[in-house]
Order: sequence, then structure tokens, then C-alpha cells
Amino acid sequence: MATATSSETKPQSTKKLKVSHNVSFLSALPWIGPALFLIFLVVIWPVVILVRTSFTDISLAGSLLEFNGLANYRDLFANVDLYPVLRRTFFWVFGIVFFTIALSLPLAQLINQNFPGRKFVRWALIFPWAASVVMTSMIWTWILDAYSGELNLTLSELGLISEPVDWVGNPGTSFYFLMWVAIFVSIPFTTFVLLAGLQSIPNDIVEAASVDGATSWQIYRRLKFPLLRNSLLIATIINLINVFNSFPIIWVMTRGGPGYDTDTTTTFAYKLAFIESNMGQSTALGVLNFGIILIVVGFYLKATKATRTEV
Amino acid sequence: MKKGITPKKIATMSGAYFVGWIFVYPYINMFFTSVKTREEVYATPSTHIPVVWQWRNYIDVWSEAPIWGYLKSSLIISISATLLVLIVTIPAAYFISRYRFKFRGFFLILVLATQMFSPTALIIGIFKEVDFFNALDTYLALIILNAGFNLAFAIWLLAGFFSSIPVEIEEAAMIDGCTRVQALRKVTLPIALPGLVTAVIFTFVAAWNEFTIALTIMSSVDKKPLPVGLTSFIGQYDVAWEYLFATTMIAIVPVVILFIMIEKYLVGGLTAGSVK
Repeated sequence: MATATSSETKPQSTKKLKVSHNVSFLSALPWIGPALFLIFLVVIWPVVILVRTSFTDISLAGSLLEFNGLANYRDLFANVDLYPVLRRTFFWVFGIVFFTIALSLPLAQLINQNFPGRKFVRWALIFPWAASVVMTSMIWTWILDAYSGELNLTLSELGLISEPVDWVGNPGTSFYFLMWVAIFVSIPFTTFVLLAGLQSIPNDIVEAASVDGATSWQIYRRLKFPLLRNSLLIATIINLINVFNSFPIIWVMTRGGPGYDTDTTTTFAYKLAFIESNMGQSTALGVLNFGIILIVVGFYLKATKATRTEV
Repeated sequence: MKKGITPKKIATMSGAYFVGWIFVYPYINMFFTSVKTREEVYATPSTHIPVVWQWRNYIDVWSEAPIWGYLKSSLIISISATLLVLIVTIPAAYFISRYRFKFRGFFLILVLATQMFSPTALIIGIFKEVDFFNALDTYLALIILNAGFNLAFAIWLLAGFFSSIPVEIEEAAMIDGCTRVQALRKVTLPIALPGLVTAVIFTFVAAWNEFTIALTIMSSVDKKPLPVGLTSFIGQYDVAWEYLFATTMIAIVPVVILFIMIEKYLVGGLTAGSVK
């Protein structure tokens, strides 16, 4: 793969040359400056605003800036609606990431095999990855529709249901179907990361093990799976972050409703800010969300540290 | 050498085809719905495959819904954001692949962190910043934000490509009288073309699909990009599903084809070289 890892396979000579090109930060600035400026503008500035606002008494459009210490955080923790949302978010993140990984592992192994039409199966997996999550959520809303959806049509033809079931509208089932859509859109990326990991395993060691009489399950369990550790770690962390931040699925399919019954902290913070104009609690929750992501990003940086300095 | 069809191979194939089907099926259902008549869309019992193939939906949708405006906004925002990403990331990626300098490690971590922080987590800060610049409801704000959140992928990918191109080729061009910038433009960039194409496609598709920021800062109907514009279909009592899905087909099919073209480079850019 001619990607960021390719420098490792470079002949020594270019590496030596690169190291000798040690230059000052000032001479780097014209080259990396525009990127730095953009990062400052879209990431660092909003973080500063978010944190500062969480300690002030202010409305969404308001210019009133009055320091009020931890009052917003106290209000947030006094909000009884927060706790079910927190529990649900925990269930959302770990449930989706667990099933995504558990399904992607065999899937990656499957499409790593040689069989006719393999290319088309890989292309099929690209669909949910390339398509807008908003549009994918719309088609699932329609498939799960009580009266006209494909799911109920099929189930009733098979005689499994006798009258229409409103899967997304029903509080007992709706959250599971939201989770399914999130798993559906997470699997392609995860599978491709694991597939890249599988393909990096040299063929000769697999063959050596098979000559020595190892069964294919033993080869997978004892040889391939341990070598997949790094891919698995990266895929898990990226998924944790993406699923925690996931917004369009819930927004399109239920708006977090009825009430707050299908909200996660991400959609809850959005609702507080932009629908209920409760900037104080919303920014406090935003800072908490940001803190959680920061911790996970820390793990990610640690996990990728070994390769990080060698771009 | 031809291997025989073993039972194991048949099991693999049927498993793989079944999985492939599951992942494309929703989009096939989307297509079938997009060519049904309104009566058939709401018929009870509904149908798996259209009885009447109403291809006219793909013509009528342009006059039935303001999708010209959505499409125009999406194109302006995605193309501009992609150009901005290229302008900003080519020099940065080139420099980090060729030189060592103070704070280089810090810059790389900053770029990686940008990739990890989704706009959703920062949306209130983003809203207030855009409001501060009086840029709510403008294309410019969306272009800059989309470029900023997607520059990491392009930097990783291009830096990888640049590193794989021997410095000696550029040095030879410089001995022949090129400046460093000319050497980059005339020698290195053409060799790194697959990387540039991948970066362009990835950024374009990411901006094309972006939802949360656009939902939050765009209010004029004619300035909304497709994903946001389309959600207004859903709020209506009588959803025009056939038109909705005709529009989503128009939005999805081109980007799926683009993604298939860059498939083999996607993982490298998204995991920043940490997965071989």
C-alpha cells in the first residue's frame, strides 16, 4: 500500500537525507502555516468558546457574558432527564462498538478469501460507507415503516406478524433499531481496516503453519488474531469516538423522541442548545462530552505513537 | 491452476454474497421506491418490486421539490472545500515528509486530534464562532469548516505518497535549474497523482455528506445542502417518498462510484498509517 506506512520500506539513503534536512520552525511556517491556521479556526477556537461559555450565564444569540462559576454544571446535574440519557449513551456506545467489531471480524476473514465475485462483495460494502448517513437513515426509516415498509411486508408474508408493528415508533423497540442502523454504517469501515490488517500478514508464515498441520481455526486463533491486535485496537477506538458523536441517525429517525426516550448525550446537548435554548446546561454537557472524547483520543494517540513520528 | 469447487468454497461464496446483499439491499429498496407511483408507495399491502415502473419520477422531482437549490449548494460547498483542502495540505504534507523541524511532532498530533474531533462535539462553539464573524447562513463558513475537519486525511495520505518519492528525483530537477517549488509542481505532484485524486474524492464525499454543521448554521431554504434540505421532506405529514428517494439516488450513486475508485487507499488515510 502506497500510504503513510510506505516510508518504512524506503531505501536507507532517502531516510538519511531527510534527517539531514533539519530546519527551524520559522522556515516551516510558510508551508504548514495555512493548515495550522485552519485547525486553529475550526477546532481550537470553538473549544475555547465552548469551555468559556459553560462558565457563563448566556443565551444562544445573547451577548451577555456573566461569569457564574459552576452554576451551569450544577443545573445540569440537577436535571433529572440527564441520567436516563447517560445510561442510554453508555448502552449505545458499547453495544454498537461490540457488535460492529464482533460482526466485522468474521466478515473481514470472509472477504479475504479468494472466490469469484469477491470484488462485487467489497463494492457492496462500500455503499453504506460512501452514502450519506442521513440518507441511509431515511431508507431504514422507510424499510421499518409500519404500513408500507419492506420489513413488515416480508414478516407478514412469512406469517410472523398479523398486524403492522411500528418498530421505530414503539418505545420498546425503537432504540434497538437505531442501534442496528449505527452498526450497519459502522461495519464497512471496520471491516476494511481489519481486512487491511489481515492482508499485511505474510503469506509464508500462514503456509508454514499449515504445512506443520495447523487447522484453519488454529491458524486464525493462534496466528492471525494476535497479529490483528493493532488493527483491532485502532478500529475500536475510532468506532468509540464515531459512535459517541453519532448524530444524524437519531436525529433523522426519532429526533431523540418521544420526549428524551431515544436521546444520547450528543443529541441531548444539541436539543438543549438549539431547541430549548438552554445554553448553560447544553455547554456544560458539551464540555463533558468533549472531555470524554479527549480521553479516548488520548488512548488513540498512545496506540499510534509508534508509527506517528515516521510519516 | 484451477482449484475445484469444494463444499467449503460454496459455503464461503454463499456467505459472502448474502452479506453483500444485506449491505446493498437498503439502496436497492431505495431505488425500487423511487420508481413507484405515489399510489403504489402507499398501497396496502405494499409491493417488493414496482408493479408500474414510473421512471418519470426522476424528471418530475426537479419541479416538485427545490432540489436544484440543494444540489447547487452541495456542489459549491463540496468543490470549494476540496480546493481549499488541496491548497492547504499539499505544502504541509510535502514539508513534513521532507524536513525535520521543531514542533513537528506537535503539529502531527494536532492534525491527528483534528481528525478525531467531530464537529458534532463542538457544535455550540462552532455556532457561536460563526455568529461572531457574522457568517451564519453563508457558504463561506461551511466551506472553511468542512475543509478544516477534513484536512487530516489529506495530510496523512499525501505525506505518505511524498515520502515514497525519492528526494533524488527532485534534486536532479533542481540541478537542472528548477526551484524547490517548481520541482514539487513539475516532478513530485505528477508522481503523487493517485494520492491527490484520493484526497480530492475523499474530501469531496465527506463535505457532500456533512450534516450537523449545515443543519445548525444554514437557515435559507435555497442555501441548504442536500442532506439538510432532504430532511425537510420527512417532517411533512404526507411524505413524498418516491421523490425523496429519487433525490437520494441521485446523491448517492455518484459518490459510491467515486469511493469504489479510491477503495485501496481509504484505510491508510483514515487510520493515519497505524494499520499496515
